[in-house]
Amino acid sequence: MDKLLYVAMSGAKETLRAQAANNHNLANASTTGFRADLSAFQSRAVTGSGYASRVYATNATTGWDSTGGALIATGKDLDISVQGDGFIAVQGNDGHEGYTRAGDLRVDPNGLLLTGTGHQVLGDGGPISVPPHSSISIAADGTVSIVPLGQSAATTANVGRIKLVNPPQDLLVRSENGLLHQSDGADAPADAAVRIASGSLESSNVNVADAMVQMIELARHFELQVKAMRTAEENGAASAQLLRMG
Amino acid sequence: MNPALWAAKTGLDAQQTRMTVTANNLANVNTSGFKKGRAIFEDTLYQNVRQVGGATSQDTQAPIGLSLGTGVRVVATERTYTQGSLLQTGNGLDLAVQGRGFFQILLPDGTLGYTRDGSFQTNAQGQLVTSSGYVVQPGISIPDGAQTVTIGSDGVVSAQLAGQSAPTQVGTLQLVDFVNPAGLQPRGENILTESASSGPAQSGTPGLNGLGTLAQGSLESSNVNVVEELVNMIETQRAYEMNSKAIATTDQMLQYISNNL
Repeated sequence: MDKLLYVAMSGAKETLRAQAANNHNLANASTTGFRADLSAFQSRAVTGSGYASRVYATNATTGWDSTGGALIATGKDLDISVQGDGFIAVQGNDGHEGYTRAGDLRVDPNGLLLTGTGHQVLGDGGPISVPPHSSISIAADGTVSIVPLGQSAATTANVGRIKLVNPPQDLLVRSENGLLHQSDGADAPADAAVRIASGSLESSNVNVADAMVQMIELARHFELQVKAMRTAEENGAASAQLLRMG
Repeated sequence: MNPALWAAKTGLDAQQTRMTVTANNLANVNTSGFKKGRAIFEDTLYQNVRQVGGATSQDTQAPIGLSLGTGVRVVATERTYTQGSLLQTGNGLDLAVQGRGFFQILLPDGTLGYTRDGSFQTNAQGQLVTSSGYVVQPGISIPDGAQTVTIGSDGVVSAQLAGQSAPTQVGTLQLVDFVNPAGLQPRGENILTESASSGPAQSGTPGLNGLGTLAQGSLESSNVNVVEELVNMIETQRAYEMNSKAIATTDQMLQYISNNL
């Protein structure tokens, strides 16, 4: 069979995968703190005898978009958003430290501070727990302070400081559960320069116009690959015809 | 079928759920004591098609891999317990809680329910009941022939009886609070019930231990912000349209290949 067909097939297959990644971004266009996946095609030449035309395409996730999402003012004390670069440290399901930009926090009945997706928020010394309180506030540097239940508003108690990190972006990879973690397996050190704002949430940073244009581009690209497959089929039919005549 | 179709389908599902939450918020814009809900989204599992860091030779590793996301899901609908504004009604049995706390209600099945809706009435026995007729706990009976009923900010209920110069104290209202009010289970009729994630009910005197105070002659309005909900609705609709467009495009791609090969 002509190799043209396989080269075109790999192009179509990987384009469909890129479309899946793009659809995933679109599906998360309103997920709090979501970071859009970036993907790119790589060429993989398969060398052999004959003319070097067999260059297959493979799709690869090259990382995620690090631009900030829009800030949405919600007015809730437990909604926080990271200003500029930086991440909130949480405990992943596997017990390892993970990083997220989603700051829709809540307090569970045992007093643990959790994110909206149920991960424990880490402080400088492990998960932060919040005693019964009549009000709670989170400062710009991540310090969580409360007015304990039954005390006057003049009495405040610090219950911990949310660990905020800012590791180099090329060190961070996304794990299957959507949290980011360092590729070397180590925990990122706390960074005192990261600032958060309470009462607001960061929206997804998916650029929907961009994603729609990319969707069209991928669809047309896919059609080109199919056209090449069709041409390969026609070539095959023509050569079979030729042999029959001879 | 192709993951591209399913990723976009989860987007449609999630936006549909968000629209339901928004519609419920808007429908309850005039429900006293109603707390607005919010759908929380989470990106679903990622599929590792090619592992990042896989060896490309003995000494080198692939700097990038291919991990495909599979879409989005709604993990929770959370209620936001901000204070609603107080409406002056002038009705002596309308109560609003300013601050934390819920009224305790005895449900027909004998369990306790909790509400922020303080539009109370009296039943045939003179007991203080909700609009659905459920008795407020601890039970307060307004004596027959009471001229006026006064409810203090600390929950003390007193009635002025005909022919008496001083008002008579007929009971004390209590409020209950939870560690995590957002974890209460809603069951309609403005009533919430205790759940494993709300923590146990802690009752107390209004105004003490962080509980709010009572305001007689007022009702707490819904804390739904109509403008916010309308903006949410626009965003939801556009996101829905884009996901639907993504399904149509993926479908066209698959259709194109099956028509042309």
